[in-house]
Amino acid sequence: MAAKSPPPFDLPILTRAAAGAFRKLDPRLMGNNPVMFVTLAGAVLTTLSLGTAGSDRLFVLHLAVWLWFTVLFANFAEALAEGRGKAGAETLRKAREDTMARRRGSHGIEPVPASSLEPGDVVVCEAGDVVPADGEIIEGIASVDESAITGESAPVIRESGGDRSAATGGTRVLSDRLVIRVTSEKGGTFLDRMIAMVEGARRQKTPNEIALTILLSAMTALFLLVCATLKPLGTFSRLDFPLPTLVALMVCLIPTTIGGLLSAIGISGIDRLLRRNVIATSGRAIEAAGDIDVLLLDKTGTITIGNRMASDFRPARGVSELQLADTAQLASLADETPEGRSIVVLAKQRFNLRGRDLTQARATFIPFSARTRMSGVDLEGRCLRKGAADSIKAHIESRSGRFPAEVLRLVETACRNGRTPLVVAEDHRVLGVVELKDVVKGGIRERFAQLRKMGIKTVMITGDNPLTAAAIAAEAGVDDFMAGATPEDKLRRIRSEQAEGRLVAMTGDGTNDAPALAQADVGVAMNTGSQAAREAGNMVDLDSNPTKLIEIVGIGKQILMTRGALTTFSLANDAAKYFAILPAMLVSRFPCIEPLNLMRLSSPQSAILSAVIFNALILVALIPLALKGVPYRPMGAAAVLRRHLLTYGLGGLAAPFAGIKLLDLLVARLLPLS
Amino acid sequence: MEPSDWLTLILYLAALALLTKPLGILMVAVLEGGGGRPWDRILKPLEILTGRLTGTDPRAGQTWLGYTKSILAFSFCGFLLTFFLLGFQGLLPLNPSHFPGPGPDLAFNTTVSYLTNTDWQSYGGESSLSHLSQMVALTYHNFTSAAVGMAVAAALVRGITRGPGATVGNFWNDLVRVTCLILLPASLVLSVLLASQGVIQNFDPPTRAATLEGREQIMAQGPVASQAAIKILGTNGGGFMRANAAHPFENPTALGNFLQMLAIPALGSGLTHYLGRMSGNQAHGWAVWTAMICLLVSAVVICASSEAAGNPIHHQLGIARAEGNMEGKEVRFGIFHSALFASLTAAASCGAVNCLHDSFTPVGGLVPLFLIDLGEVVIGGAGAGLYGMLVFVILTVFIAGLMVGRTPEYLGKKIGAAEIRLAVIALLTPTGTILVFTALASVSRWGLEGPGNPGPHGLTEILYAYSSATGNNGSAFAGLATDTPPYNLTLALAMLTGRFLVILPVMAIAGSLAAKQPAPPGAGTFPVDGPTFTVLLLATVLLVGALNFFPVLTLGPIVEHFLMHQGHLF
Repeated sequence: MAAKSPPPFDLPILTRAAAGAFRKLDPRLMGNNPVMFVTLAGAVLTTLSLGTAGSDRLFVLHLAVWLWFTVLFANFAEALAEGRGKAGAETLRKAREDTMARRRGSHGIEPVPASSLEPGDVVVCEAGDVVPADGEIIEGIASVDESAITGESAPVIRESGGDRSAATGGTRVLSDRLVIRVTSEKGGTFLDRMIAMVEGARRQKTPNEIALTILLSAMTALFLLVCATLKPLGTFSRLDFPLPTLVALMVCLIPTTIGGLLSAIGISGIDRLLRRNVIATSGRAIEAAGDIDVLLLDKTGTITIGNRMASDFRPARGVSELQLADTAQLASLADETPEGRSIVVLAKQRFNLRGRDLTQARATFIPFSARTRMSGVDLEGRCLRKGAADSIKAHIESRSGRFPAEVLRLVETACRNGRTPLVVAEDHRVLGVVELKDVVKGGIRERFAQLRKMGIKTVMITGDNPLTAAAIAAEAGVDDFMAGATPEDKLRRIRSEQAEGRLVAMTGDGTNDAPALAQADVGVAMNTGSQAAREAGNMVDLDSNPTKLIEIVGIGKQILMTRGALTTFSLANDAAKYFAILPAMLVSRFPCIEPLNLMRLSSPQSAILSAVIFNALILVALIPLALKGVPYRPMGAAAVLRRHLLTYGLGGLAAPFAGIKLLDLLVARLLPLS
Repeated sequence: MEPSDWLTLILYLAALALLTKPLGILMVAVLEGGGGRPWDRILKPLEILTGRLTGTDPRAGQTWLGYTKSILAFSFCGFLLTFFLLGFQGLLPLNPSHFPGPGPDLAFNTTVSYLTNTDWQSYGGESSLSHLSQMVALTYHNFTSAAVGMAVAAALVRGITRGPGATVGNFWNDLVRVTCLILLPASLVLSVLLASQGVIQNFDPPTRAATLEGREQIMAQGPVASQAAIKILGTNGGGFMRANAAHPFENPTALGNFLQMLAIPALGSGLTHYLGRMSGNQAHGWAVWTAMICLLVSAVVICASSEAAGNPIHHQLGIARAEGNMEGKEVRFGIFHSALFASLTAAASCGAVNCLHDSFTPVGGLVPLFLIDLGEVVIGGAGAGLYGMLVFVILTVFIAGLMVGRTPEYLGKKIGAAEIRLAVIALLTPTGTILVFTALASVSRWGLEGPGNPGPHGLTEILYAYSSATGNNGSAFAGLATDTPPYNLTLALAMLTGRFLVILPVMAIAGSLAAKQPAPPGAGTFPVDGPTFTVLLLATVLLVGALNFFPVLTLGPIVEHFLMHQGHLF
């Protein structure tokens, strides 16, 4: 669904947004946005003063109409931003239609509606069933169609234990059978959260949005005061300012541009993230992504392509390469890990050694275990092992063998070159080293360089030893690496970076990543990962692509930039509006003020009306910018600042002078004001 | 402006720049110095005394709330002291002219005025106050109000620059140290220098002299040099004489005038260096200084040019000298030194005057008025200028900081909703006060009795009075009769608002920032030094000031300017 998000401006969405603009006129909704609330009040006041307008009736009518438009345009922007998400939510909702669940109770399996499930309930899903709620798979393995959530049609494997044990409500079991322990509250499933997020229904203002709202409200209050005190000050100068004119001045001065587009910017940020198949649990998390100082990236899958591949055989003295390859292949035949398979393949390529069927040969396979950190095979009295250097050393020495120094050197050389050495041993004799090579992803170096320009430090996390890690880190161009890292190390690193005031982002999928994901300021869980990881992180990447983090940071920054740019633009606009409206207000009593009419606007009424129309139209003109975000290129803060200042600061000063002048020409020609 | 004027301006700025660094270093030593300084032994008994009086340990740090409560308690006691000293001056010694006490509204206005570092004078010093009132009741505040301002600035800078959970310093300690180690020695030096130029210093009754016209002239005498020094240094501005620094006994020579002009922004300028040292980013200190100086120089140039151009009507009638508008100016200072003094006194919230701002051309008068309305942040009052400017810095960092795509942070401290709420209170309260009181006075009967001139000039006089009071400046546009109960009360309220409703949010910002963990700077951090930042800060200050005051300034001096060119005068 998310991947198939609707095009930005198609007709049904525009019509729905137009209707939404009127629905949002409800004062209770408008109260959330002080700037537009004041504008609404201004529109109402101007409309009411139509009755007493006298000869200015037509002018006041035009003012009122454009003030209403200003409010409606702002509502339209918000409705449009929401509408794009809502269209996506429809698809999601279909996946949530009420399904029946088979609950395992004390009397065996009973059918109950999915909506009555509670956390802790155990349900059984067979082929063809829709998973009724989020939960942890406690039994079984099955292929699951998760396209309702991810948009990806290829089924994925889900199984109990390990890191692929999360079951998501709304997905469909295609084969086999799963037993699932429900973990989500009613209405709090992943799908529910997604829908809420997409619709913006439970959208809360982010901290930064709150701060900006305070600033905008204060500016609004101040300009309200400026215009209110103008009435008595005018009386002193024997000027009677009519109410509609004061309202027009006020609406032009208060920051309606940013005020009207503020919520659209936030909503569209979430939408942009969604279109990249990332679900954030809160807008806060997206905003934090823009502030990230440190990225912790797992080496495997992010920096390097998936798995290591065997690249070379380095025999010990007195051992032929063929002999080493043969033994290594035998020791790996039963090893289903990608590394193991790559050894078999390499031996076949180099020496045309075929994989042999060992089932008849009374072979005992020794699988890899975290304790021994070796794997291999016991075959016809031969004890073949391969594993990390130190574990093989311990293994050899326990059999009163000797670990030759020259093999140690081979190991070190391999490490220095960024290879992972696997030592192969037969009984108490070391045969040599198989080098495994990491393949660094294409283009990743450039991305890290971009991140560095943005002031973000990248840290590579790997279980490799320090030498290998250093070589890969240098090749990939990361700033720092953590070798031999355990999940606890990750957590510690995050805490220490945070203690120094930095914000940390990371990706993870395993259950053991969960504490670190929860601790990180931005924790992106992979959708293929465990339920624990998905609960702990504050974002889920449906594509399970760890590099996505870099895009997430970009979107976070873009939201803040867009807010800053439009605020600057909005405030800078005020200068021109003053020069349009103030001379128009004073010229009847002080004709000498004419030099202040810098734009040479044709008449006082046309000047005021043009400023108001400009104010309304600029809001519409900037809707696409608010929805798409300001163009974002990774570069240093000083450079970004200069560029945005020129565009939105100076542009904001100059644009209204031209715009108001143009509108004045049109208004003077086309609108009969009296 | 003549070439000699430009030379004077350049000399002046160079002298100010040279003073800035040593003063900043002195401030760091005084405010942040631990033990082991030569002056520790002298301060010891004072510290013990302060500790006894306040029942606190002056060496222990205070939270922002403790610091603020100490400020308020200290200010309240100072208020009572001065209010009663003034009220009962008729019964007290050192009153050779036997002046009675002022009425309660005037006493209230005067006390508040000195308490808030404003020194608005609804009274005539030499003609209504005893030497005791001048030297004790008022001069006491000249020292302490400046010290309080600097203490608040120091507390804010500490809040910004210190690590998480730090205190913001100790008010009593800061007060004693600033007063004894900076203000007293500096004003001693300055008063001797001024006395050398002929500023009087005695306890004599007025001199009565027969003029050439055969009439009797009464020339006030008194301890002028000592009071003039701290009036200038502490950006107080309340002169011993009603004519202030235009009086030949208070400001007799060009050199003395130059020294006074140099002393007005000295402490405010030094504080920017203190900011740089404290933040570990001296370039930031200079960036703030440069922004202030740019505004000041533009102001001086506009003011001096307008005064030099003079009044076209006078020129047509042939009644004015060709070099410009000399009305209300001392011949010994001339146009440029008057314009420079006026700009400085307005910019630095001093309020001492060496000429009559009321007699400036409309644009010449607009300059000091606008400088005050910017919020007294162009160098500004002792301490008050820095903390006011830092509020603008926070606002600048917030708006522009968003544009670099990060949650805005200032020197590593994140600027969140709490800081923005407090910053807008600190910025908008004074603006609101000025606008509301001006509007109120401009349509009420008591208000309309004040202005000595009709039309836009009258409006300017009212606006100037409330701006000066709220900005804690104290200079008067003059031409406005303010010694009436409604003016005395509303102006006093404006002074209190402009002082304490800024100090309170500023202290709260200090507390809020002190609690935050600073983030280390990186390539993605918003830069707070260099020309881009200076321009941004300038733009923010100008935009906020211009947007808020453009309408009322248009109705006042701007309309008056255009009317003058059409032949109308007020």
